[in-house]
Amino acid sequence: MKRQQVLVLYLAHSGLDAAVLGWASYDGTGLTNPTTGDSDEPPYDSGVAALRDGWRLIQASQLIPPGKGEEYDVSFLKHEFWFEKLVDVG
Amino acid sequence: MARFVAHGSLRLDAVVPEAMNEEALKVLADGVCGVPYGTPVAEAFPEGSFSRRLVELDRVAGALRSLVGPDPLIDHHHVHIREPEGGTAQPLHGDAIIDVRPDAFDVQLMYYPQEVTLEMGGTLSVPGSHLRRTNETDTGRYQNLRGQTRLVCPAGTVVIVHHGIWHGGRRNDSAVKRYMYKIRFNPTVRQVRLWNTGDLADPAVAEELRTRFPWYENAAGRLEYHNRVRLWRALTGDDSFDLDHWVTRVTNRPNRVSRSHA
Repeated sequence: MKRQQVLVLYLAHSGLDAAVLGWASYDGTGLTNPTTGDSDEPPYDSGVAALRDGWRLIQASQLIPPGKGEEYDVSFLKHEFWFEKLVDVG
Repeated sequence: MARFVAHGSLRLDAVVPEAMNEEALKVLADGVCGVPYGTPVAEAFPEGSFSRRLVELDRVAGALRSLVGPDPLIDHHHVHIREPEGGTAQPLHGDAIIDVRPDAFDVQLMYYPQEVTLEMGGTLSVPGSHLRRTNETDTGRYQNLRGQTRLVCPAGTVVIVHHGIWHGGRRNDSAVKRYMYKIRFNPTVRQVRLWNTGDLADPAVAEELRTRFPWYENAAGRLEYHNRVRLWRALTGDDSFDLDHWVTRVTNRPNRVSRSHA
């Protein structure tokens, strides 16, 4: 029986080799309970470092130009990458 | 003020006297009475009440005066309690609803009557997030960001934040119930040069405004400078202020006609 672990990384630019700025994780095995504000140190230095540790990339944010008149607005983090691991729980 | 514009917060460590902190634990445990939105301070907090004495402490009153000016209104106030050993962290959020006013801001006073340790789940906040245009808990997906602040502070600490700052109460993993008392203030005057502006020309002002936070993306980080300049111009009334040409460059629309084409 397998369960999914999910890792979300927010990177400094749109390339997967960019530095990690933010992170979140969710654990479908129930073995850990990650939550808001539980760590000051990212799990990886870059998106590629996560790949090298066995995480599978399942989604990357699109590059969407700003709307007219919104070119200088700042909002959500733009460069979001979702990864998964399937873990055998017996 | 420049530091507040860059960080979106002002921290005053142990600014509340010990006797008031002891009193606060009982006052806050009993709860505070709600007041109608937009009530003047003098009506919301009667003379001699704990809340009135808190906001009239010299350094607290001075900070509030500098940020929102005289006679602000009480938007609301609330006691936040993080229960010991359990509970959950709040998702990262901004309070109220998305609020993109370019030339006005509310502030929220957060008062911590106890020493707050890392295990007690002190408030998580994200320096420099206050100008991001996001709505309430839509940022709940962000669990951790480089350079975030997980508040650890001595008893009697007051933190005053811009209304837009991303924050959340962290999970309390200690055996101690943690209290935080929050008061939101609405200004009633234009927020222009409300503080001691004698040092506006000091290079340290620009250096504070150039603060770059570790969670900023390469590109959006430059927009943060642009937007800080716009806010600084609004607060000082100086439309010529800039940092490293960020605003000047992209607003340059010359009207003069070149002599060779005249």
